[in-house]
Amino acid sequence: MQALYAQLLVGLINGSFYALLSLGLAVIFGMLNIINFAHGALYMMGAFCAYFLLNVAGIGYWPALIVAPVAVGIFGMILERTMLQWLSGLDHLYGLLLTFGLALIIQGVFQNYFGSSGLPYAIPDELKGGMNLGFMFLPIYRGWVVVFSLVVCLGTWYLIERTRLGANLRAATENPTLVRAFGINVPRMITLTYGLGVGLAALAGVLSAPINQVRPLMGADLIIVVFAVVVIGGMGSIMGSIITGFALGVIEGLTKYFYPEASNTVVFVLMVLVLLVKPSGLTGRAS
Amino acid sequence: MTAMTDDTLPVTPRAIRDEMIAFGIMTALLLIVPLTGVYPFFVMQALCFALLACAFNLLIGYGGLLSFGHAMFLGTAGYITAHALKVWGFTPELGILAGTAGAAGLGVITGVVAIRRQGIYFAMITLALSQLLYFIYLQTPFTHGEDGIQGIPQGYLFGIFNLANPTILYYVILAGFLLGFLLIFRTINSPFGEVLKAIRENEPRAISLGYKTDQYKLLAYILSGTLAGFAGSLKVFVAQNASLTDVHWTMSGEIVLMTLVGGLGTVFGPVVGAFVIIAMQQYLAGFGQWVTVIQGVIFVVCVLTFRRGVIGEIAHYFRRSL
Repeated sequence: MQALYAQLLVGLINGSFYALLSLGLAVIFGMLNIINFAHGALYMMGAFCAYFLLNVAGIGYWPALIVAPVAVGIFGMILERTMLQWLSGLDHLYGLLLTFGLALIIQGVFQNYFGSSGLPYAIPDELKGGMNLGFMFLPIYRGWVVVFSLVVCLGTWYLIERTRLGANLRAATENPTLVRAFGINVPRMITLTYGLGVGLAALAGVLSAPINQVRPLMGADLIIVVFAVVVIGGMGSIMGSIITGFALGVIEGLTKYFYPEASNTVVFVLMVLVLLVKPSGLTGRAS
Repeated sequence: MTAMTDDTLPVTPRAIRDEMIAFGIMTALLLIVPLTGVYPFFVMQALCFALLACAFNLLIGYGGLLSFGHAMFLGTAGYITAHALKVWGFTPELGILAGTAGAAGLGVITGVVAIRRQGIYFAMITLALSQLLYFIYLQTPFTHGEDGIQGIPQGYLFGIFNLANPTILYYVILAGFLLGFLLIFRTINSPFGEVLKAIRENEPRAISLGYKTDQYKLLAYILSGTLAGFAGSLKVFVAQNASLTDVHWTMSGEIVLMTLVGGLGTVFGPVVGAFVIIAMQQYLAGFGQWVTVIQGVIFVVCVLTFRRGVIGEIAHYFRRSL
């Protein structure tokens, strides 16, 4: 049973990353109508940012948790202002192709300087060690990742669904022209939205650095799984993305315990099943 | 939604004539290649990728469906052909047939799933499906995992043509390429191709006119996958191996890049794009990881400033259809 709980925990952690990444994808898609293929590369940049902060500037984990997402978010906003904004009005697929190119560039540059092997990032002192819960041993850092991700996800949901800013954002998604007529600067909002989505990806990167090591290609395969998560959940609802992300992480963890050979493929197989039964995704409305 | 290819010139006798002239020039150039001393291996490889890109283009350029998983057809057909030749001792023609049929079967299975969504979702689904297949091939024994299937015998095609001879192999590959190319050319100029274009431009309208658009899209998808598989089977004779590289998503990205550079929705663009990208990989091989970065830059530049691609720009300039 110990092994089962351990895999469940791993599943919850992966689920946190799926949730944070698919949430960012959904937010960006809502505003920009772009599927951000560079999301995995920006997740990786978040982890590298934390690594540099520690090893070059001596800035530790806690400040990095804020500095890295902000820095990568600003980088994302520059990308949006210089490139992505020129694609509005074109077919959505061009956004996918452009961000795919950006992902190749970012990952290629990092691979060139850091190879393909992983760089270690130590768990902060405050979160070292573990707790004995009676039925299992819980490493504190892993518990922290799950709880913190959940809080950030719910915070994002609150921001978008329950605040004035979020209301403007949702309105601009529905009808940008009308919202501009109310004197709201929609292009600036789009840029900030992209920054927010990218920041969430970078935050996931920082959280994963002590667990998965820091590697240039850490986001390359992850993003494809997240795409499958997005197809399963549909991008119509914020809460849907969060729940689907965590749920698929847990299912993947359970598969690792019961049938390890399928743990790489289970999310894709589920995607096929969902498409056959409910093509619009679990939370999506029929298009 | 604005279509990805904006120049939809009508199919006129003049357009057909232009395309036939261009086809004649292309064929003549390719026929004399072995006489010029150009490294034949390079041209053969480029021809396989050209056919692959043409098959991909059939889907995106004429059906409006961006597949981000076309490497799965290349890799699957390659593995089946390689296994059939090496382990089962098939003759080359049967090996190619087996690989192509395998790709067609894969097209039927994945097509039924993938065409349930359009646009951006279709791209993500095909990518995920090809990743699923990648993991399967990584684990099944017959693919030999990371090593791939190596040292594949080339044999005698129809018992006559010795494929170990580079010149004979070149003309066999060229014949295969021309066969596939003409099939695609015929398809896009057929009533079926016209309906496909109508679906790309306005799917609800096509439905209201009574077309079962899902069936058209599925058929186009299967045809595209089958031809991509045919290219994969041919490639086995050139490379003499079948490996995981051919199933990886980076390969799918390269196929997209070739077509984008040459011109989405143009007849000859994918051929030009394939030669450009393969040549670039040859000359820049010494730069290692920077090749990936350069490919990324080409993607970005093409999308931002050069969306018609090489052939698309030429065709636009002369107001011709190519």
